[in-house]
Amino acid sequence: MWGRAGGPEQAQRLTAPARMIQRQPMSVFPFSAIVGQQEMKQALLIAATDARIGGVMIFGDRGTGKSTAARALAATLPPITAVEGCRYNCAPEDRGSCPDCCSSKRVRKVPVPFVDLPLGSTEDRVLGTLDLEKALSAGEKHFEPGLLAKAHRGFLYIDEINLLEDHVVDLLLDVAASGENLVERDGLSVRHKARFVLIGSGNPEEGELRPQLLDRFGLSVEVRTPDTIAERVEIMRRCDAQERGPKKFAAKWKADDAKVLRQIDRAKKALPKVKVPAKILKSAAELSQAVGADGLRGELTLMRGARALAALEGAPSVTVDHLKSIAPLALRHRLRRDVLDETGSTVRIEMALAEMFG
Amino acid sequence: MSEDRSIADSLLAAQAFAQSPHAFGGIVLRGAGPVRDRLLAQMLPALEPRMPVVRVPVSADAEQMLGGLDLTQTLATGRAAHRPGLIERARGGVAIVSMAERTDRGIAALLAQSIDRGDCAVILLDDGLDADEAPLATLLERAAFHCDFSRCRTLDFEWAEEWQNAKRARPLLKGQREALALTAAALGIHSVRPVLMAESYARGIAGVRGLGKAGEPELEAAIRLVLAPRATQRPEMEPPEPPEPPPPDGAPDTAIDQGEEEQQSQDLPLEDLLLAAAAASIPDHILDGIDKGLTRPKGGSGGQSGNRESSSRRGRPLGARPGIPGDGRKLALIDTLRAAAPWQAIRRENAGDSNTAGQSLYIRKSDLRIRHFEQRQESLTIFAVDASGSSAMARLAEAKGAVELMLAQAHVKRSQVALIAFRHSGAEILLPPTRSLTRARRALSGLPGGGGTPLAAGLLEARLMADASGKRGQTPMIALLTDGKANVTLDGEPDRARAMAEAENAAKGIAAAGHHAVVIDISPRPREEAAALAEALRGKYLALPYAGSAAMVEAIESVAESVSA
Repeated sequence: MWGRAGGPEQAQRLTAPARMIQRQPMSVFPFSAIVGQQEMKQALLIAATDARIGGVMIFGDRGTGKSTAARALAATLPPITAVEGCRYNCAPEDRGSCPDCCSSKRVRKVPVPFVDLPLGSTEDRVLGTLDLEKALSAGEKHFEPGLLAKAHRGFLYIDEINLLEDHVVDLLLDVAASGENLVERDGLSVRHKARFVLIGSGNPEEGELRPQLLDRFGLSVEVRTPDTIAERVEIMRRCDAQERGPKKFAAKWKADDAKVLRQIDRAKKALPKVKVPAKILKSAAELSQAVGADGLRGELTLMRGARALAALEGAPSVTVDHLKSIAPLALRHRLRRDVLDETGSTVRIEMALAEMFG
Repeated sequence: MSEDRSIADSLLAAQAFAQSPHAFGGIVLRGAGPVRDRLLAQMLPALEPRMPVVRVPVSADAEQMLGGLDLTQTLATGRAAHRPGLIERARGGVAIVSMAERTDRGIAALLAQSIDRGDCAVILLDDGLDADEAPLATLLERAAFHCDFSRCRTLDFEWAEEWQNAKRARPLLKGQREALALTAAALGIHSVRPVLMAESYARGIAGVRGLGKAGEPELEAAIRLVLAPRATQRPEMEPPEPPEPPPPDGAPDTAIDQGEEEQQSQDLPLEDLLLAAAAASIPDHILDGIDKGLTRPKGGSGGQSGNRESSSRRGRPLGARPGIPGDGRKLALIDTLRAAAPWQAIRRENAGDSNTAGQSLYIRKSDLRIRHFEQRQESLTIFAVDASGSSAMARLAEAKGAVELMLAQAHVKRSQVALIAFRHSGAEILLPPTRSLTRARRALSGLPGGGGTPLAAGLLEARLMADASGKRGQTPMIALLTDGKANVTLDGEPDRARAMAEAENAAKGIAAAGHHAVVIDISPRPREEAAALAEALRGKYLALPYAGSAAMVEAIESVAESVSA
C-alpha cells in the first residue's frame, strides 16, 4: 500500500513493526569470537538447547557485549524452513495453523528470527492489531501481526527491560511461557504460535525489575566488565579485524561456530536421554530450600538447566558438578531480597553450595 | 584544559564525525550558545549534500519516530496511506536531537537501535546545565564524541575540509591499545565501546595529519574527546594493575595481526602520559558529578518511569478511549478511523440510497475516540539524616534501615528515595534520587557519623533537592531525622544560638516553598527543639524514642498518605 502512497523505497509491503527490524546488522560478530563472558555464553547455549528453560535475563553495564552475544547466537543457528509467504514463520508441518491459514506448498529458508524490541513499544506493536487498510477498503477484519509473530521460532531481545512498562513485560513473559499469543482486542479474536527465547538485559543500577517478573526468567547472568587489560586489548583486536574484513573474519571463526552448532544439535538430540538421578533431584530441592528461593520454579529450572548442561557436555547423566555450575544462573534472581543484608545473591548461593557439597 | 585547545578539539571531532558519522555513532554538543550554533552551521553543509539530515523535536512521540498513517491521504482515498517516521527518514543519515537532555526513554531507545544497526548517527544538542542534567546514558554511550561548549567564548574557528579525503592510519600497536585500555580502566569506564571509538578516532586524526600511524598526540586527542568525558572516577596516577601478556582465551587470530605487532615493547611511559592527559581533561561537570557521588554510569535520568496518572489533557500519549472531543480533549483520529473501519461496508450499503452516497467514509458518534495522556506523578522521599555525634550511632543504624525499607517498598510503588546526611560542618548528598536498591545499599554502607549538627545546611540541601524534583514533576517529601539541636552554623562555626536561628529560617523557607515535611525525633529523650522545628516546617512531628526502622517507615507512610489525601 505504501508503494502507492510514498517514495520508491517503499515498494515493499511491510508492517510497521517489520520495518523496524527488517534490516539485519551489516555483519554479525561470530559467536565464538566473543572474548570471555563464559557465563553468558553458557546460558545462551542452554536456552538454545532447551527452550523450556524460559528466557535469560542478563544483568550488566552497557557495552559489555550482551546484545552482540545474543545476536551472534541467533545468526549462528542454521536457517529455519518456513512456509513461503507466511507472516508467522509457520513450520511446514504446521502449515495453515496461523491466522493467515498459509497454504503455499513451497517452503523457504529464513534466518533464525532475531527481534530487538524497542523500549517504547506499545501493546499494539507487540501483540499485533487490526489491519487498518483491509478494514477501511474491504470492511474486513484482519489481524496485522506484531513483533511476537515476528519472533516465532527465534529470539526476542529486550534491552533495558527494567525500564519497559510493567504491563508489557507481563505480557511478554506470559506469551513466552505459554508459547502462544492470544489477542482479544479491536473486535478481533486471534491466536497464533509465538515460541521464542526471551532475552532481557538491564542494569540494576538504573532501576530494577519487579521480583515477580524476575522469577519468571529461567536463567540470569551477571555480565562483568572485562577486567583484565589483556581481555580488553583482545576485544579491540578482534573488533578491528572484523571491521577491516568481515568476510575474512567470519571465515576464520566459521569452524568454531560450526562446532558450537554441532554441540547444540547433539545436545538437543541427547536431551531426552540424559538421566537425572534421584540423588540430584533431591540435592536440587535441598539447595533451593537452603538459599530460600521462593516457589517451585527455582528447582525446576535447576533440574532442566543441569540436564541441558549435561547434554551440551555430552554426559550421559547429570552430576553434582552440573548442578553446581548451573545453580547461580538458575537461582540468583529468585532469592528474596533482604534489604538489610548486604551479601550478594551469588555469594549466598555459593555459601549454600559449599555447605552442601563441601 | 585551555580554551583554545578545547575548541580546536571539538572542531576536529566534529570534522571526524562529519566525515563518517556512522563509524562514530554520534556527537554530543553540550552547552547552547553562539559557539555551538556556529559549529553546527559549519557542520551541516558538510553533511547535507551527502545524506539525509532530520531533526528530532523534544516533543517527538513513538508514532512520529516510526511513522504512521498519512491522514490527508487516508481520508481522501479511504485507504490507509503511510507516512514515513523520523527513523526511516534518517536512514543512512543523521538525526539531530534538540534538547537531548530531555529526550524520553522510549525515543532514545529507538534512536539507539537505529545507531546499533548502523542506520543513522545522532547529533545530540545537550542544553543541560547541571551535572545531573545530561542526555540518557543509552545515547551518550553510543555517541563517540562529547564536546562541551559551555566555557567557550571564541567564535574564531573555521571548518576545514581536510577530513574529506583523508585516509585512516594503520591500526594501533598492541602497546598503544594496552595504554588505551588501561586509561579507560583508570577512569572507571566499563563499556568496551568507548575504547573502540577512541582507537577509531586516533587513526582517523593521524590520517588527517598525513601520518601512517597514530602516535602520542593522536592518542591524547582521542582520550580527551572520547574517554575523559565518560570518566566515572578520578584516575589514580599509578595504574592499578600491570598489563598481562597473553590474551586469555581461545585461538588468537595471529594471522591477521602478526605484522603490526612487530617489536613494540611494553611502553609504560606512554600509559602514564595518557593517564595524565586524561586526568587533566575530564570536563568540569563530570568531575562535579563524580564528587557529588553520582557514581552511576554517566548520563541523565531523562524521563524516569514511575507512578503515573492518566489525564485527558496533557502528558505523554497513552492511547485512546471512546469520548467526545472538545473541552480540551483532543480527537484521536487514527483510533477513530480504526473504530469505524469494520463497519464501512455495512454503512455503505445502508447509505446506498440516501444523498450521502459516494461519500468514502462513514463515521458515527460512537466511533469517536479521544486521546488519553499520562502525567507522571512520582513521589520522592528525601531523607535528611542527622549523623552528628549527638544522634547516637544506634539511631543512625535505624535510620539506614528505614531508608532501605522505604526503598524496598518503592520497588512496588515505583517511587524514589534520596538520602542527605549532615554532620561536622556541612551536608552532603549520599544518595541522589533513585529507585535502585543496589546503589542505595552502597551509599548507605558508607554513611559515617560524628561531629556537630549543621542542621541548617542539611535543611538547605534538602530544599534544593526538593525544588529540583518539583521541577521534574515529582512530588517531594522531606523526612527529617534529627534531635533538632543545631550547633553548627552555615559557615561551619560552632555557635549554637546562631545555628538554631539559621535552622529555623531554613525550615520556614521549606514551608514557604510548599514542600511537605515530617520531623522524626531520634533523640533518646524527646525535647521541644525538634517539635519547634516541625512547627517551623509546618510539618508533622513524630517522637520515636525507641522505635525501630519498621515503625519509622510506618510513621512516614502515614504522613505521606495524609498529605496526598
